[in-house]
Amino acid sequence: MSKTERGQFIWKDFQKEIADDHYYYVRSCIRQNFFPGAEDVFIKMVTKDLNKDLVLDPAHTTCTGIGYHTDLVKMETTMTVIARQFAMMNQAGYKNLLVSCVTSFGLYNEILEIWEEYPEIKEKVGEYLHKATGRTFKVPENLVHASDLIYKYKDEISARAKYRLINRETGEPLRVVDHIGCHYSKMFPEKGIGGAERPRVLSGLVNTLGGKTIDYPERRLCCGFGFRQYLLKSSRGYSLSCTYKKFKSMEPYKPDFIITNCPGCNYFLDRWQYVISDLRGETYGHNGDGIPTLTYEEVAALCLGYDPWDIGLQMHQTAVEPLLYKMGIEFNPADKYKGYSGKNLEKPKIPELLKAY
Amino acid sequence: MEKLFDRLKEDIRFVHGLNSCINCGTCSAICPAASFWEYDPREIVDQLQVEDDDILEELLGGEKIWYCGQCMSCKTRCPRDNTPGMLIQALRNLSIETGLYMNSSRGRQQYVLKKMIGDTILATGYCVHADGLDTTMFPEQGPIWDWIRKNSKEVYNRFGNSYNSPGTGALRKIPDEAIRELHEIFRITGTLQRFNRLENDAARQAKKTDTEFDSSILNDYFLKTYTNTSEDVED
Repeated sequence: MSKTERGQFIWKDFQKEIADDHYYYVRSCIRQNFFPGAEDVFIKMVTKDLNKDLVLDPAHTTCTGIGYHTDLVKMETTMTVIARQFAMMNQAGYKNLLVSCVTSFGLYNEILEIWEEYPEIKEKVGEYLHKATGRTFKVPENLVHASDLIYKYKDEISARAKYRLINRETGEPLRVVDHIGCHYSKMFPEKGIGGAERPRVLSGLVNTLGGKTIDYPERRLCCGFGFRQYLLKSSRGYSLSCTYKKFKSMEPYKPDFIITNCPGCNYFLDRWQYVISDLRGETYGHNGDGIPTLTYEEVAALCLGYDPWDIGLQMHQTAVEPLLYKMGIEFNPADKYKGYSGKNLEKPKIPELLKAY
Repeated sequence: MEKLFDRLKEDIRFVHGLNSCINCGTCSAICPAASFWEYDPREIVDQLQVEDDDILEELLGGEKIWYCGQCMSCKTRCPRDNTPGMLIQALRNLSIETGLYMNSSRGRQQYVLKKMIGDTILATGYCVHADGLDTTMFPEQGPIWDWIRKNSKEVYNRFGNSYNSPGTGALRKIPDEAIRELHEIFRITGTLQRFNRLENDAARQAKKTDTEFDSSILNDYFLKTYTNTSEDVED
């Protein structure tokens, strides 16, 4: 069996069913705080560009994921909160759960697996939910991460794309680092497109849009969130060192940008570049630039021609302009710091070394 | 008296996470925490396999179980389908339930996490909320975060126009009824009681160490526990 045939054989094992339409969308705590434009434009792309039905329910809550993985929230509690999310989905008349957050996605999969293996636990959780809220629930028929959906419709997005992941000056494909959130498929490889060892969910999108992904030694290393390790100042160095290791490993390959599917990973790969520039005097782009770090929604939206500031790219600490210029995107730099009311807000302070625009 | 190990076996994550470890060390090779600290998931799994209460008690009261970053990379690579990261969850849970977490400086940091994450969940329905995050506590958020915080209404309302108000956009105000249901779930399933325990244990520890403590988030005990572990400072 040739190397390619072996690859194709493995690939067949890691396809997954992604519902065609009618999604109940659960938002991400981290994405709403740090990259709210990514979720906002995702909703627009799904409902307007792809013409799908997606419902937004104000009454869903956090899944408690960060609380669960910091060992604060008991497993029974997390299971019952998730059962409530399912009950809300049932109440809205939907069967397909579309998840924005990778931590949540991993947790939903973990809990569904436990319930399947131990139905008595699911029954107990049902009792807790009913006692607490009077609600009952049924599990989703289809559970997908939002990046799965963009992957599924990548050809449609590509067909409508105004811009491609091509360097406008050289005509060469942009060089892209794809970073997959650990909880997307490391826990349940069969639930992620391409599994844990050869995830395709982002690289497939990048290739379809004209870019080229980079294979570098620490490609699959965690971003370093570590839950409690980042949140506590005493162990935050763990988080920074993981990201630093990744940047040193990808640096020689000169990536044009990084694409992520996890809200937390995007935050760390964006923000730690600022810290590394400040602490070590190192930047990884050209001439003081960082490596722009974008979510998959932001990348797809840029290609579709959405305005960079309408999708929230001004909220990144590592400037995205180097990528916009390379792709030849038309945008107005003066609109970057406009607020909702349309007025120009006072500009943020400029980091000492990391280049700002 | 119930064996300590029997209590660990009641946790489904222990049952799910440990099949038969062959001690190959693959988990330690892939573990980001093992490359940063004196931490070895292989050793912990090995210790658990012998089902010894004395060893377990030492683990529950020690620092080691708090090093894992929960990335779960170990699950992917283990050739025997073990999940050391899940075993860690079961150990941390039992450490808190037995009170042994108070014997370790990293265990005692659960109080800090409760103040930052636990209270935010109950107050807002989100694990984190921009209004409670600043660059004093998290300086790596950078000048862009100061800009976002200073102009939060103007910035967030660009994305759904419901910042801290009814609607479906980014950082909408989650309805009171949903928050009430969340509280009731936390009470019925025992997490509210856990939160109270973390507060009470922290108050006692503060008194013992003669550190100022009150119900505000940035009390002296909080700041000291947030910033230092016993490995960083002399107690």
